[in-house]
Amino acid sequence: MRLLTVLPKSRVAQREKIISLALGGSVILLFLIGWEILFQSKIVNPLFISAPSRVVLAGITIIKDGTLLHHLGISAREFALGYGAAVVVGFPIGIILGWFKLARATFGPFIAAMQATPRIALMPLFIIWFGLGMTSKIIIVLLSAIFPLIVNLQVAMGTIDADLVQVARSYGATRWQIFRTIALPTSVPFLITGLRLAAGRGLLGVIVAEVFGGAEGIGYMIQYAGSTFQTDKVFAGVLVVAVTGITLDVVLDRLGRHFGKWRSEAAVH
Amino acid sequence: MDIIVSKDLKKKFKLKHGQRVNNNGVISNEIVVLDGFDLKIKKGEFLVLVGPSGSGKSVFLDIVGGLSTPTSGVVYLDDKIVEAPSAKTGYVFQQYALFPWRTALSNIEFGLESRGVPPEERVKTARELLALFGLSDFEDRFPYQLSGGMQQRVAIARALATKPEVLLMDEPFAALDAQTREILQNELIRIWEGTDTTVIFVTHSIDEAVFLADRVAVVTARPGKIKDIIEIDLPRPRDGDIRSRCEFATNRHKVWDALKAEVNKAQQDWKLAPAFAS
Ligand SMILES: Nc1ncnc2c1ncn2[C@@H]1O[C@H](COP(=O)(O)OP(=O)(O)OP(=O)(O)O)[C@@H](O)[C@H]1O
Ligand SMILES: [Mg+2]
Repeated sequence: MRLLTVLPKSRVAQREKIISLALGGSVILLFLIGWEILFQSKIVNPLFISAPSRVVLAGITIIKDGTLLHHLGISAREFALGYGAAVVVGFPIGIILGWFKLARATFGPFIAAMQATPRIALMPLFIIWFGLGMTSKIIIVLLSAIFPLIVNLQVAMGTIDADLVQVARSYGATRWQIFRTIALPTSVPFLITGLRLAAGRGLLGVIVAEVFGGAEGIGYMIQYAGSTFQTDKVFAGVLVVAVTGITLDVVLDRLGRHFGKWRSEAAVH
Repeated sequence: MDIIVSKDLKKKFKLKHGQRVNNNGVISNEIVVLDGFDLKIKKGEFLVLVGPSGSGKSVFLDIVGGLSTPTSGVVYLDDKIVEAPSAKTGYVFQQYALFPWRTALSNIEFGLESRGVPPEERVKTARELLALFGLSDFEDRFPYQLSGGMQQRVAIARALATKPEVLLMDEPFAALDAQTREILQNELIRIWEGTDTTVIFVTHSIDEAVFLADRVAVVTARPGKIKDIIEIDLPRPRDGDIRSRCEFATNRHKVWDALKAEVNKAQQDWKLAPAFAS
């Protein structure tokens, strides 16, 4: 690692960035234009495909009449509670599994089995147990988000640098000191990766759960709009979900960069 | 007065199932690394260990540092048997092993931090050491932002921060280029000559050994024991110029004469041996 040197963000890199933004942007733009043309030309039944312009109009409508805010609020609360619980529970579980061999041997198989179970298939059970309200969704988010966290932190503990542990031992550091000064810092990049994966899974979880069986929330709004042939509103809802997902990922990426100052540019890329 | 005494030291490692090793003609599942390793180190002396690769020098340092326990025999540090890392020893590892998430300053603070020294005092000591190694402008840099030589300086400063009576250094300059290596040797000897620290220093470079040492202990091919001890009769304080004096060459030859046979014994590939003479 020490062999990697830091390249200053040269002008070349800046230009590359602009070019890649322009390329990526134009593909999206072309797609939207094509979509609009397809709609306007009426080759396909407009009822089925909607159009960017109509999605925007539908978006404005649901913002104005408060529908979006209402459903978004519900989904956000479900997500936040489930995700928060996943972090609070998943972080220590991952660390413990990674740090103590015995814990890994004891709980590893159980956790692997849980992880292999398709969570969303359990939704009917959760509805029976917890009803159609927020609780069943929170559980789904929790179960979707927790495993990437557990797995990443467990892996992190395995990457602890044995040389650093020797250094700490040579200064008479206790096991707890080694944990605090070596294991925790080592886990940070893995925690960030886990948080990002967990956010994606959790978001998916909340939407699917609401589509599947809910009376409120963005997923429900999409599902209801779909079953009443309001394609514009379906797309508007999907767009909201996508933007939320991207925003979350960007925020977590920033957070990761903030805590990853000590890693060489090449390692963070 | 002897600060470190190793008596009849023996160290064996049990290998993994199915692994075999040849211990002087006997095939076994246990590798004998040290066998009858007896060495007395005087308080305040600079002792250099040389010996073929795999002869157990690092294992010996680990035992002195309390990181590893001998199979039999003992090491005394100030007349007490070493059983765990002692606050009196500092260890500079071959791989610099800096904490990548800590700045230069906070790396140097580590040892003091482990021992519960309050922050202001830690920072003060660490800053003094940075200045001593000419790194004051780099205190807020992370290891990846430092050159190899700077990283090694930080690693040495970290070991010095706890004011050890005994400093263990395992090939600390091996990974550096020739110029940086000489500069750091000069720096180390300048700093050491101002202290009464005892140093055990491992190296493969005979020049380095002769330049630094009061005595050079030659270790045999595995199983390691002390083959010979050579007094280096060069005056102190020493500076870089001493390397070109003819007494220097005489001492080099003495060390190489003792080492040659062991290196040849250790290396099946004889072509590697001359590399030690350079
Ligand atoms: N944990 C271990 N398990 C098994 N064998 C080991 C272990 N540690 C060291 N050895 C063996 O002990 C021998 C001596 O190792 P050591 O690292 O002390 O050599 P060294 O003299 O420091 O060599 P070098 O000059 O190459 O650093 C080697 O043959 C090595 O394979
Ligand atoms: Mg070694």
